[in-house]
Amino acid sequence: MSSPTMDLLRSEPMQLAQLIIPMESAHRTISYLGDLGLFQFKDLNTEKSPFQRTYAAQIKRCGEMARKLRFLKDQMTKAGFSPSSRCSFDTRVTLDELEVKLGELEEELIEVNANSDKLQRSHNELLEYKLVLQKAGEFFHSAQSIAAAQNHEFEANVMGEVSIDSPLLLEQEMSVDPSKQVKLGFVSGLVAREKSMAFERILFRATRGNVFLKQVAVEDPVIDPLSGDKIEKNVFVIFYSGERARMKVTKICDAFGANRYPFTDDIAKQYQTISEVSGKLSELKTTIDVGQLQRSNLLRTISFEFEQWNLLVKKEKSIYHILNMLSFDVTKKCLVGEGWCPISATDQIKNTLQQASLDSNSLVGAIFQVLQTEESPPTHFRTNKFTSAFQEIVDAYGVAKYQEANPGVFTIVTFPFLFAVMFGDWGHGLCLFLATLYFILREKKLSHQKLGDIMEMAFGGRYVIMMMALFSIYTGLIYNEFFSVPFELFGRSAYDCRDSSCRDASTVGLIKVRGTYPFGVDPKWHGTRSELPFLNSLKMKMSILLGIAQMNLGIVLSYFNAKFFGNDINIWYQFVPQIIFLNSLFGYLSLLIIVKWCSGSQADLYHVMIYMFLSPTADLGDNQLFFGQKYLQILLLLFALVAVPWMLFPKPLLLKKQHQERHRGQAYRPLYSTEDSFELEIQSDLHGHEEFEFSEVFVHQFIHTIEFVLGAVSNTASYLRLWALSLAHSELSSVFYDKVLLLAWGFNNVIILIIGIIVFICATVGVLLLMETLSAFLHALRLHWVEFQSKFYEGDGYKFYPFSFASLSEDEE
Amino acid sequence: MYGFEALTFNIHSGYLEAIVRGHRSGLLTAADYNNLCQCETLDDIKMHLSATEYGPYLQNEPSPLHTTTIVEKCTLKLVDEYKHMLSQATEPLSTFLQYITYGHMIDNVVLIVTGTLHERDVHELLEKCHPLGMFDSIATLAVAQNMRELYRLVLVDTPLAPYFSECITSEDLDDMNIEIMRNTLYKAYLEDFYDFCQKLGGATAEIMSDLLAFEADRRAVNITINSIGTELTRDDRRKLYSNFGLLYPYGHEELAVCEDIDQVRGVMEKYPPYQTIFAKLSYGESQMLDKAFYEEEVKRLCLAFEQQFHYGVFFAYMRLREQEIRNLMWVSECVAQNQKSRVHDSVVFIF
Repeated sequence: MSSPTMDLLRSEPMQLAQLIIPMESAHRTISYLGDLGLFQFKDLNTEKSPFQRTYAAQIKRCGEMARKLRFLKDQMTKAGFSPSSRCSFDTRVTLDELEVKLGELEEELIEVNANSDKLQRSHNELLEYKLVLQKAGEFFHSAQSIAAAQNHEFEANVMGEVSIDSPLLLEQEMSVDPSKQVKLGFVSGLVAREKSMAFERILFRATRGNVFLKQVAVEDPVIDPLSGDKIEKNVFVIFYSGERARMKVTKICDAFGANRYPFTDDIAKQYQTISEVSGKLSELKTTIDVGQLQRSNLLRTISFEFEQWNLLVKKEKSIYHILNMLSFDVTKKCLVGEGWCPISATDQIKNTLQQASLDSNSLVGAIFQVLQTEESPPTHFRTNKFTSAFQEIVDAYGVAKYQEANPGVFTIVTFPFLFAVMFGDWGHGLCLFLATLYFILREKKLSHQKLGDIMEMAFGGRYVIMMMALFSIYTGLIYNEFFSVPFELFGRSAYDCRDSSCRDASTVGLIKVRGTYPFGVDPKWHGTRSELPFLNSLKMKMSILLGIAQMNLGIVLSYFNAKFFGNDINIWYQFVPQIIFLNSLFGYLSLLIIVKWCSGSQADLYHVMIYMFLSPTADLGDNQLFFGQKYLQILLLLFALVAVPWMLFPKPLLLKKQHQERHRGQAYRPLYSTEDSFELEIQSDLHGHEEFEFSEVFVHQFIHTIEFVLGAVSNTASYLRLWALSLAHSELSSVFYDKVLLLAWGFNNVIILIIGIIVFICATVGVLLLMETLSAFLHALRLHWVEFQSKFYEGDGYKFYPFSFASLSEDEE
Repeated sequence: MYGFEALTFNIHSGYLEAIVRGHRSGLLTAADYNNLCQCETLDDIKMHLSATEYGPYLQNEPSPLHTTTIVEKCTLKLVDEYKHMLSQATEPLSTFLQYITYGHMIDNVVLIVTGTLHERDVHELLEKCHPLGMFDSIATLAVAQNMRELYRLVLVDTPLAPYFSECITSEDLDDMNIEIMRNTLYKAYLEDFYDFCQKLGGATAEIMSDLLAFEADRRAVNITINSIGTELTRDDRRKLYSNFGLLYPYGHEELAVCEDIDQVRGVMEKYPPYQTIFAKLSYGESQMLDKAFYEEEVKRLCLAFEQQFHYGVFFAYMRLREQEIRNLMWVSECVAQNQKSRVHDSVVFIF
């Protein structure tokens, strides 16, 4: 496949194509196109609601199958099976077969579940019953023994002397005629523990206190037969008297979901029932186990094929969605689809169409034809795993207009570079590199895993981080920073003390003994009094040079854009004055910086720049860097002044003229034949939308001009953040090094040293490696989005989303 | 307090206000209703709703659908949202949110009591209750034989207890009594809610007093119309009107003596805000009155969203969602019973 040479600077050339597909091969054709993944369908039925479309029934079918699959998956996860990814046998199932199969499986599962639920419920009921029998039995037993003891005592009392304590009426009480004794009824059962208080309260209220309630907590949670949940429960026995009370009690029991169980106070019968219940329980247990085994076998077989079925259903559903976007042709025998595809993919698509009609034994092949359109095509960049992250950075600001120059190309280098200018430390760079190396080496494994939110982000941007790390190693070497420790890597320092004692090193200074340090900043600068003034001046000037260079690149790209789209007005009345304006002021400043560096002059550049505006004709005096500087400055100032109206006025006026000419042409035109006039109507329809409002265009241009003129100043100042962040970074790292590590070292104590090292590592990782990386990243992002891209980038395009099965499986949660 | 909500409102309630406004933007629009009205079967409705916020609630329903399932699932969504908001709310918003549900509680109490009176199964009745108006011991209501028992057994534990002070009688429960009880409770509830909102002050009081006054007036009209031709005396009728609202007190005096719908109309037309409602109806007609009132209510509820920093939006959202569910129920019923011509009779468009 031949790829265009500049495929990342300009987005892929696209075309609007029409597909005419015979009904009988439509499904297969769309399926093949989905495998290919290079065609973005347009919805031709926007006015129809989803259920009015042709294939609504099929989509409903797929939805139903997806629901069944979800049900199966739910059952599988409950039973602890995970759908195995290994598709053991690649049997081709058709949708119809699958539908039948899924229906059967669902029915079978539901039946099995219902059976096991029923069994489980009776099992749980029996369990509860057993509990009631045990607990209530205990209670009755103890109550009876207490009563017996009392009786005994009473009898003893009767035998002996009547003590003063014994109630006087006791005798009467105990010797009531048994026939008059009220027969107390009782109800026993289980109630959820959290409800037990309310239960007791309501019982009390409803019967005005004429009940006796005894509750015993069951230690282990009990499975509720109705809901199947594990709940903590209490066994209760309620004694009441009278029929009405019984009605009330049973009603309240029902209302509280308390399960009642029959119970006898006859001990012999109790034992009998307990043994009966235990027997039933063990019987049920075996039945349930057999059922569970059968169920898990069923689920296991499902789990082997689940993924395959799931994918099939998803594919089918997406195919029908696409089919719904197509419209019928007049004869109702063909489907007509429209959509975008890359021009380079034309052959592939045609081959696919042919293949599809061959495979479906269709008499007529599908027709592919290119349509002419005024619509703006989608933007498609062919990215790989390295460039995609950088393209994401640009896309986050705005997707490029169709075929507009893509800043993503330059971002690959400039973004990590600007980051590194702020993050210059080759020790930190190395740490970052090792971290990202881990991601890159384990790429294959990690890309299939589910990572956390933040990890996912770091993993997605691994190549960006790698580039950032490499560049910061480079700038770190230039700054000569390694955790703020200077190294003499590239030879010996050029400076040395005046004498061996080095007493006056910090007062008088050092002398130069060797040639200039070959690469980067001389290590001797570190820790001197003049370190900051020297580095600040260096980094500030460097930031301005980098900024001017990048902004010029932006303006030059606007030239390439204008040339590509054949827009001469933009070249002559926007690009030219802009580049003149920027360079006559700040380009000149850059020139002065370079001249000052090369000549070693002492000139004050602030003074030069400020008086260039305030009194351009005044003599420069000491600040003169080269001959004729004064006249050059006056000339440049004039250029800059001219450039502003040049930007402002001609463009809107010329646009107005162009518009008027176009319309004059329309006012007088020869009459066409009917067919032509039809075409013309379409054309005029398309033109009719662009109404020309001069004031609007002028205001727009006015804003644009002001923005550019002011932006030239503020954007240049904005690039000073490169210096500021780099200063902050080096100062922070030197603080951690001096005030933590060296301080701890000074105590000559192992424990303090260990603590110091731990604090140092935490501070380095937390503050310098994570927070500083983030802040430098964001500042670099801003410099790209605002300062660089505002010079040329429109970013009002939309992305190309082809219909593809590959993206289908990615979508899955 | 008034005018300074903007300063402090967001500290506690900003998140929830954002949430509720987000929910509100998920309400079905006129375009959705138009599409829904064109549905042929309940499956079509499900398919259409699956593209809306109801999607996740309906997607696992097996295919032969019933209207009740749709309504149940839609209500479930509302309840989930309500529960989420309630769990996030701090005082006094949480109390405010709870107040919203008391109306449903009253309805549920009445439903269960009436049901037991006609000897229905309690569990069957419980399924019909609105989930927002559930409370712990609701099932026990079936035990009660008269008002006093009802109060003493069950309702004393619920927030409704204070509202009961006016209707504790030892009379046995019958349909008439229950209906009077419902209205007395509702009256006490509305007045309490009104007082609570007034206590909150600020924009909440302003907006809620308008919404609640409308509610009170609507109830007054409904009570009047429903009690025409019953044995309810004028004084009793007068007692059921809430003591606030636009009609209070002179309108109430006049409504209390009305004998037919046209007299009600005469009374109401004296009040400009209600003039428009009655202007839509022809003389002697009361069928469409409900819809007209609902439409007016929806309009007012939507207006509540125009202002920020007040609790009225929560009330308005809950009410709008309930209206939407009523609409869905109506549409689904019409579709299920093949009465598509009547779809527009009762659907109140929200936007």
